[in-house]
Amino acid sequence: MAAQAANSKLLEVSGLTRHFHLGGGFLGRKAETVYAVDGISFDLGEGETLGLVGESGCGKSTAGKTILRLLTPTSGTIKLRGRDISALAKAELRPFRRDMQVIFQDPYSSLNPQMTAGDIVAEPMLNFAIAGASDRRRRAAELFQRVGLRQEAMAKYPHEFSGGQRQRLGIARALASGPSLIVCDEPVSALDVSVQAQIINLLIDLQRQMGLSYLFIAHDLAVVQHISQRVAVMYLGKIVEIAQTDALFAEPLHPYTEALLASVPAPDPRVKKSRKLLTGDVPSPIRPPPGCRFHTRCPYAEARCKVEEPVLEAKRDGHLVACHLR
Amino acid sequence: MPVQAARPRRSALWTAIRRHPTITLGMAIMTLLVAIAVFAPYLWTVDPMKINPIFRLRPPSQRNWFGTDHLGRDLYSRVIYGSRVSLQVGVAVALVATTIGALIGLVAGFVRWVDAIVMRIMDGLMAVPGILLAIALMALTRASFQTVVIAIVIPEVPRIVRLVRSVVLSLREQPFVEAAEAIGTRFHRLLLRHILPNAVAPLIVQATFICASAMILEAILSFLGAGTPPSIPSWGNIMAEGRQFVSVAFWILGFPGLFLTLTVLAVNLLGDGFRDMLDPRMRRRL
Repeated sequence: MAAQAANSKLLEVSGLTRHFHLGGGFLGRKAETVYAVDGISFDLGEGETLGLVGESGCGKSTAGKTILRLLTPTSGTIKLRGRDISALAKAELRPFRRDMQVIFQDPYSSLNPQMTAGDIVAEPMLNFAIAGASDRRRRAAELFQRVGLRQEAMAKYPHEFSGGQRQRLGIARALASGPSLIVCDEPVSALDVSVQAQIINLLIDLQRQMGLSYLFIAHDLAVVQHISQRVAVMYLGKIVEIAQTDALFAEPLHPYTEALLASVPAPDPRVKKSRKLLTGDVPSPIRPPPGCRFHTRCPYAEARCKVEEPVLEAKRDGHLVACHLR
Repeated sequence: MPVQAARPRRSALWTAIRRHPTITLGMAIMTLLVAIAVFAPYLWTVDPMKINPIFRLRPPSQRNWFGTDHLGRDLYSRVIYGSRVSLQVGVAVALVATTIGALIGLVAGFVRWVDAIVMRIMDGLMAVPGILLAIALMALTRASFQTVVIAIVIPEVPRIVRLVRSVVLSLREQPFVEAAEAIGTRFHRLLLRHILPNAVAPLIVQATFICASAMILEAILSFLGAGTPPSIPSWGNIMAEGRQFVSVAFWILGFPGLFLTLTVLAVNLLGDGFRDMLDPRMRRRL
């Protein structure tokens, strides 16, 4: 808090955990805990894009929702512009919502089917009393233009749009309150490949024009490489590696990152890649393995990995890895 | 632009009605029945209460279109008058039960500790057959229009509560509700603008079924002598009085029964139609 003035960091997350308690206990079954996000730390600068990648179920979406305070963190802190928002009550949180927004994965279920497109985009301005009724209308029209939708489409209902257009609507809604941070929760993984490129380029253009910061959650490494300045790799609720995008893709240090990159199909079918594909499934986050969580699938695992949990530390300048061996 | 946008939608609605024969049929029967109920005083041929023992148990004829009952009262006039009771009870019960049920259901769907208590009470109410509960409630009070409505509303409310609660529980998990929270939507607006409109379609359908079931319940109550007082002819108590004479005068049971069947059918047809029309995805497709 003291360093607030000198701080150019928009978002600082430290030791963030989010556990879910599964019911039970009624008929003798023991209540269980899902360690969805289990102590992650990173920061995000103004105008920066941090990619957050990992397999399904590794907790990356939960991390995004917890940072947005759509979920309450179990422990840890989230600082937005130096202000800790991790323990704020709903009413205290409201002013911060203006500054952080979200784009969802599914463009179909993330728009209220009973509202017109214009009303959907204008709603954040209504909620935060940003403008009068006619002014809201005009600003919503501007946002439509900005995301590449025709103004005439404002009277339409969500089901009358295509998937890509719906995602543009979702982006316009996220922009409406004038945020500086947008959490993109797999914003293109439900779209066709040709539409994906359009949406990604739109996001990049908007970032340039408006100085936005993105926390870009995805499992598609090619997309993440294209849009992010830095990338964080998550495995079973933990961040195992964070680095500049170029460094990470050129020289992954963590065995898991290595395996992830090896699994990306090569565009040229004649090029034979040396593939170190992962075997087995991700272990259950209900009983994560002791020691390094990746040791059950790691080709290099040693005895030490099974008992001692590695910490995330800088191996090179700005390249952080949690591995005993690297 | 707003004028242009509104016109094609209205005409789309109109073609939807015309292309959907069940709605049209339901609407036609309902309009007729409502007209009959509203204009009843002009439609009946003689006073529905007038006793005329000389003409008792007469079959349908030119003088008495639907025949007469055991006291010689004109059945046509009584059935016409009875439509008022049935329609009023049906509409009143549907409105009151839906409003109360929707409010309780919304709260139960959002507040967990309320949910636990309310749903146990609703389970208790549902465990008792509706008709028994209504008879028990009628036994506690004097028979009048209001008490009949209340006695039918109480067993019907749990059906609405369960429906609304389950819809709310599933809507809460929808990303658009999460998005609404992320854009700072206040709780009351979240309920009114995001949850309720998406719950209206199933609610209206359920309301029409409750309307139909209320008419039947009212008829059963009257038939058992626990419903509307005998001084007001309703389809139920006309049938109740006619049941002893069914072997010699089937029309006393037949005509009110036919009207009751038609009314319930019309309400159900309308319910199905409304459900389709209220879904923005269906408006175009139909």
